Amino acid sequence: MIPLSWYLLLAAALFSIGLFGVLARRNAIAILLAVELMLNAVNVNLVAFWRYLTPTQMAGQVFAVIVLAVAAAEVAVGLALVISVYRRRNTVVADELDMLKW
Amino acid sequence: MTLVQVFFLLIAAIILFSALKVVTTRNLVHAALWLVLMLFGVAVLFALLDAGFLAVVQVMVYIGAIAILFIFAVMLTRREEGKKEAALNPHWPAGALIAVLLFGALAWLLRGWQGLPAAAASMPADFDALRALGEALVSPQAFALPFEVASVLLVAALVGAVYVAYGRK
Repeated sequence: MIPLSWYLLLAAALFSIGLFGVLARRNAIAILLAVELMLNAVNVNLVAFWRYLTPTQMAGQVFAVIVLAVAAAEVAVGLALVISVYRRRNTVVADELDMLKW
Repeated sequence: MTLVQVFFLLIAAIILFSALKVVTTRNLVHAALWLVLMLFGVAVLFALLDAGFLAVVQVMVYIGAIAILFIFAVMLTRREEGKKEAALNPHWPAGALIAVLLFGALAWLLRGWQGLPAAAASMPADFDALRALGEALVSPQAFALPFEVASVLLVAALVGAVYVAYGRK
């Protein structure tokens, strides 16, 4: 059988790759893509713990479903903001969105 | 190494390779499509974990809605072709170092945990996970309130997103 630690290591690696994407990408939409990677890593973690420790109690899966819903809401708002900013500044490169700086 | 373990390693390789392509390709449409492949891999993982409903929801919501939303946003924010810009910002080595350090810390932490089971806890043969999930989501003693709050959050977020992105005079 597959040890639980394999799932947790996979989720940790996926989370780290998403973190690298958030820190290192130029385009704002690419940053949001990397945030989705991190949220999927969290979901893998939750469902793995649910299956391996308490498979008859649904709290783990409910948590994962709610994380999915929140991720959908966050992507909608984030992309709307990016599109709105693009209309004003004609750029989505994160470094060039610096109107709030002093 | 059993067949299931080989299968898991194959799916894990697909997921991690797709994730690396998501964060490194220059073309954003390609990045969104690599994300779709990664989401499929995670859906397969959910099916492997006996969370079949979650696997289907992952495909329908994440791939069918969120990834499509990403492709729409990429197409609405394109600049004129011919200007190939870099994928990574100038500080990407620091980001890579932080990511590697985080993974190292998590792996070291996991190696120190004793209580991680090597096999899944037994699920009764006639356990209807889908029915239990449905009852948990609507039962007032279980998770009806977080469910309703998540619904309100989704409505508010989508109304707000439409308003922010509307832009037509």
